[in-house]
Amino acid sequence: MTPNLLSIAPEILLAVGAMVALMFGAFREDESSVSITAGLSIALVIAAGVLVWLVPTDPEPIFGGSFLLDPFAKLMKTLIAVGSAVAILLSVDYMRYGQFTRFEYPVLIVLATAGMFVMVSATDLISLYMGLELQSLAAYVVAAIQRDSVRSTEAGMKYFVLGALASGLLLYGASLIYGFSGTVTYAGIADAVSGSGASVGLTFGLVFLLSGIAFKISAVPFHMWTPDVYEGAPTPVTAFFASAPKVAAMGMLIRVVIDAFPTITTDWQQVIVFISIASMGLGAFAAIGQRNIKRLMAYSSIANMGFALVGLAAGSEAGVRGVIIYMAIYLAMTLGTFAFILAMRRGDTMVETIDDLAGLSRTNGPAAFFLAILFFSLAGIPPLAGFFAKFYVFLAAIEAELYALAVIGVLTSVVGAFYYLRVVKIMYFDEPVAPFERMGGELKAVLGVAGLLVLLYFVYPAPLVEAAGAAAKSLF
Amino acid sequence: MYSAIVFLPLLGAILAGIVTLVGAHARHPGGVDMQANGNGGHDGGRGGDHGDHGHHPAAQGSRAAELITTGFMIIVAILSWIAFFQVGMHDGDVQVSIMPWVVSGSLSVDWALRIDTLTAVMLVVVNTVSTLVHVYSIGYMSHDPHRPRFFAYLSLFTFAMLMLVTSDNFLQMFFGWEGVGLASYLLIGFWYQRPSANAAAIKAFVVNRVGDFGFALGIFGVFMLYGSISFDAVFANAADATGKTLYIFGTDIDALTIICLLLFMGAMGKSAQFLLHTWLPDAMEGPTPVSALIHAATMVTAGVFMVARLSPLFELAPVALTFVTFIGATTAFFAATIGLVQNDIKRVIAYSTCSQLGYMFAALGVGAYSAGIFHLFTHAFFKALLFLCAGSVIHAMSDEQDMRKMGGLRKKIPLTFWTMLIGGLALTGFPLTAGWVSKDAIIEMTFVGQNPMAGYAWGMTTFAALLTAFYTWRQMFMTFFGKPRASAEVMGHVHESPWVMLVPLFVLATGALFAGLVFKDFFIGHDYADFWRGAIFLGEENHVLHDMHNVPFAIVWLPTLMMLIGFAIAWYLYIFNPSAAPALARQFDVLYRFLLNKWYFDEIYDFLFVRPAKWLGRFLWKKGDGWLIDGFGPDGVSARVVDVTRKVVQLQTGYLYHYAFAMLIGVTALITWYMFAGGAH
Repeated sequence: MTPNLLSIAPEILLAVGAMVALMFGAFREDESSVSITAGLSIALVIAAGVLVWLVPTDPEPIFGGSFLLDPFAKLMKTLIAVGSAVAILLSVDYMRYGQFTRFEYPVLIVLATAGMFVMVSATDLISLYMGLELQSLAAYVVAAIQRDSVRSTEAGMKYFVLGALASGLLLYGASLIYGFSGTVTYAGIADAVSGSGASVGLTFGLVFLLSGIAFKISAVPFHMWTPDVYEGAPTPVTAFFASAPKVAAMGMLIRVVIDAFPTITTDWQQVIVFISIASMGLGAFAAIGQRNIKRLMAYSSIANMGFALVGLAAGSEAGVRGVIIYMAIYLAMTLGTFAFILAMRRGDTMVETIDDLAGLSRTNGPAAFFLAILFFSLAGIPPLAGFFAKFYVFLAAIEAELYALAVIGVLTSVVGAFYYLRVVKIMYFDEPVAPFERMGGELKAVLGVAGLLVLLYFVYPAPLVEAAGAAAKSLF
Repeated sequence: MYSAIVFLPLLGAILAGIVTLVGAHARHPGGVDMQANGNGGHDGGRGGDHGDHGHHPAAQGSRAAELITTGFMIIVAILSWIAFFQVGMHDGDVQVSIMPWVVSGSLSVDWALRIDTLTAVMLVVVNTVSTLVHVYSIGYMSHDPHRPRFFAYLSLFTFAMLMLVTSDNFLQMFFGWEGVGLASYLLIGFWYQRPSANAAAIKAFVVNRVGDFGFALGIFGVFMLYGSISFDAVFANAADATGKTLYIFGTDIDALTIICLLLFMGAMGKSAQFLLHTWLPDAMEGPTPVSALIHAATMVTAGVFMVARLSPLFELAPVALTFVTFIGATTAFFAATIGLVQNDIKRVIAYSTCSQLGYMFAALGVGAYSAGIFHLFTHAFFKALLFLCAGSVIHAMSDEQDMRKMGGLRKKIPLTFWTMLIGGLALTGFPLTAGWVSKDAIIEMTFVGQNPMAGYAWGMTTFAALLTAFYTWRQMFMTFFGKPRASAEVMGHVHESPWVMLVPLFVLATGALFAGLVFKDFFIGHDYADFWRGAIFLGEENHVLHDMHNVPFAIVWLPTLMMLIGFAIAWYLYIFNPSAAPALARQFDVLYRFLLNKWYFDEIYDFLFVRPAKWLGRFLWKKGDGWLIDGFGPDGVSARVVDVTRKVVQLQTGYLYHYAFAMLIGVTALITWYMFAGGAH
C-alpha cells in the first residue's frame, strides 16, 4: 500500500511554509519583516486548517499504523489552527508597541502547530513522541523569546527543564509499554491488552505515559510550571500556551487512552479521575489567592483541564464528545480573555493585576461587558456557553456512574465561580482607576467574536455538537 | 343598597389611595415611594399631636381625596339609617350573596352580606361616626401633608369594619376582623416619623395577634364541631353540640365552652379587655380622629358585636359566659382606677373606653346582649364626642395634651366646652342622657343576672360608676376650670375650632343626649321582640330582661348616687380645695404610683414576654444564625476556602526542584496506588 501523502498535506504545508517564512525573515533585514512573517504565518495556519477538510479521510492508519486522519483529527486540527492563528494575531499589537519584535515568533508557532497536528493524528507511540517534541521544543523557545527579560528567560528555563523531565517520564512509560506488549502501534497495544489484560509492567508504563501527557495539559500534580510560565512569558505567548497546545494535548490523550487501551478503561480511568479532581480542586482554590490576572488564568486553565478530564474519565462516546465541546468553548473563552489582557496597557507599560480593572465598566463599557460575559461563562453561568460545556461533561460522568466525580466537579466550580465573579465585581462596582490605552482593532475583534460566540452559543449549538459527535464517533 | 353601603368606602379608599400614589410620584419623579422619602426627608422631632405645620405643601389632590371619601361616607351614612329603619322597624332582614369565595373539600364559604337588626345597629354606629370623623378630619388634618393617605386609610378601615359587621360566616368576619386590625395599625402609625407611633402600632398589632390566635382556633373548633362556618348552619344546629367534648391537653373539655372561650379571646384582644388591654392607651399615638373612630366608637366594640352575634353559641356555654362577666367587670373597674390619675387628656378617655367596654362585656356575660349592644350604640356617640372634643382642645392648645398645662379654657372655647360637657354627662350617666339609660340598664341587669359572677359584676360596675364620674369631672375641671396653667403665648393662640370640626360635635352631642331615651324601648324595652326578631338568641332560662323591671328602687338609683359622689369628690379636690389632690397623692404614694403606672402591666409583660422573646430572638440571631449557621455555613466555608487557598498558594515556591519533586511524587503516588490498592491485577 502506497503511503497516502495527501493525508499529511497540511503538516507538509506547515513545515515547508515555516521554512520559507524563516528564510524570508532571516534574509530580509528590515522592520517590516516581522509583520510580513506574521501575516504569512497566519495564512499558513489557516490554509492548513482549511486543507484538513479538503483531503479525504483515512479509513485506517497509514505509514505502518502510525498516522490517521479521521474526523476526530480533522476537528481537533481545526481547533488547533484557530488557536494558533489567533495567538499570532494577538501578538501583532504587542509587537507593534515594541515589547518584542522577533520574526521567529510566528515561525515557531507554525512549527509548533505542525507538531500539534501530528500529535492529534498519531496512532503509535513514536509519532506521538515526535509530534509532542516538535511542539514542545518550539514552545520552550517562545517562552523565552524575550531574551532580555529575566522573567521570560526564567519561564523558558523552567518550562524546558520540567518539560524535559515530563518527556523522560513519557518515554520511560512508552518503552515499558513496548516492552510488555511488543509493539508501539495503538492497535497492536490494544490487541495485546485485550488478550491477557494489563500486566503490572504495562500498567506502570501507562501511568508514566499519562503523567507525561498530563504535564502538557498542566493537570495536577504536573501543573507546577504553569503559573510561573504563564506569568513570566510574554502575554501573547501565554495566550498561545493556554489555547492550542491544550487542545492538542487533550486530543492526543483522548486518542491514546481510547485507541490503545480500550479494554482496560477502569485502569486508566483511575488516573484520569485522580488528576481531574486534583486539577479542579487546586485550580479553584489557588486562583482565589491570585492578584495577577495571568496567574489567575493559569489556575483557571488548570481547573478547566480538570473539568474536561471529567468527560474523558467517563470513557464513553458521550464523554469524549463532551470533552471536544468543552475544549472548543474553552478555546473561545481563553482567547477572548487574553485578547483583553493584551489590551491592559497604560502608556507603554502592560499592567497585569486584577485591581487595575477597577471601574472598567465606566471607562470602557463594551470591553467590560464582553469580559464579564466571558468570565460568567468561565464560571459556568447559564445560558452562556461555559455552562453547556460543563453540562456535557458532567452529564457524561453521571451516565458513567461517576457520581462522586460529578459532585466534586460541581462543588469546585462553585468555589471557582468566586474568583471569576470577583473580577466582574471589581469591574462594575469599584471606583474607576486610570483608563487603559485604546484597544487595537484585532484585539477588539477577537474579544468581540469570542464574547458573541459564548453569549449566543445557546441559540444555535447544533453545528458544534454535531461535529463533536461525529468526531467522537470515529474513535469508537 | 347594602352592597353600596359596604363597598362605597372601599371605592373611596382605592381612589384616595390612587391620589396618594400619584401625588407621591409627582413629588418624587424618581419613583421613590413616599415611605422612603418621608423617613429621609423630615424625621425631625414632631412632638405634637397633629401634623407638622406647613413645612410641606399638601400632596396634590388632597382636596379631591377628602371630598371623594367624605362624600361617599355621607351617602353611606344616609343609606345605613334608611337600612336601620327598614330592618329594625319593619321586617327587612336580608341576605345579599356576592360570590363564592373558598370551596375546599367540605369547606364552602361565600362572600355574603347578612343584614339583620344587629347588623343594622352596627351599620348606623359605624357609618355615622365614620362620616362625622371624616368631616371633622378635614379640619383637624388640614395642616398635614399626607391627607390623601389618611383619608384612604380611614375609608379602608370603614370598609373592613362594614365587612366585619355584615359578615355571613366566620371566615368573612375574620377577614373584616383582620382588616380593621390592619387599618388600625396603619392609622396608629400614621405619623411614621415618630418612633413612639411606630412602637404603639406594632404593640397594637402584636397584642391583637394574641387574641386573633384564639379567635382563629375558635373558628377551627366551630368547623370541627359543626362542619360548617356559615352562621345560619351553625346557629341552626347550635344545640346539637351541647355535651360534646374535645380532648385537649389530656382531658376532656366541654367543646362549646372551650370554643366560646377561644372566640372570646379574640374579642378580648380587639376590645382591649383586661390582660390584653395594654395596646389601647398606646394607640392614642394616632391622630385624634382615629382615636375617636377606631379606638372608641367602632373597632374596639367589634368584640362586643362578635359575642352578641354568636349569642346562640354563648348561651349554650354558661362557663364561658361567667368568664366573660368576670373579665368585663374586672376591666370596668380596673381601667377606671387607672383613669383616675392619668394626666394625658386622651389617655383618660382611652382608659374610660376600656372601662366602658368592660361594662358591655359584663352585660353580655349575664345574658343581656341587647343591653350590651345598646350601650355600644350610645357609647359610640358620647365617646366619639369626647375624643373629638379632646381633639378640639388639643387643636386649640397648640398640640398640648397634658391636662396639667391646661385650665381655664371654658371661656376661650365655649362651644367645645359645652359639647364636651354633654359628652361627660352622658358618660357619667347623668339622668336622661344616653349613658344614663344604657349604663344603668347594664348595672341593673348584672344585679338580676343569674350566673356566679353577676354579683361581682354588679359590685364592680357600680363602684366603677363612681370612679367614672370622678375621672370625668377631674378631666373637665382640669381642662376648663381654674386658672390657666399654660404659657401666655399658648393661651394667646387658643381659638375655637373651625365649623367643619364643630358641626360633627353638635351632631354627636345630640346623639349623646337623646339616643338613650329615644331608642330604649327598641333595644331593651317594650318593642324588644319586634326590634331584634331573633338577631340575638336567648336561652330558655334567660329572663334578665324581664327581671330588670323588678329591680328595687334603691338599686335603680344607686348608680346615679355613685355618680353624684364621684362628682362631689372631684369638685372638692379640683375646685374647692385644689391643694388636697397632691396631698392625697403623697399620702397614698404607693397606691398612686400603682395606678399611675397602670398596675405595672407594661412592666410585667415586658419582663414576662418581651424580654424573653427578645432574648430568644437575640440568641437565635447571634448564636443560632450568626454562630451556628453562618459560622459553619457561609462564613465558615469561605474562611476554610481562604485557608486552603493560602496553603495551596504556598506550595508554589518558584523553585524548580520543588516542581520536579512534586511531579515525581505524583508519579510515585499513582504507581503506589496501582501496586497496593489493587489498581493492577
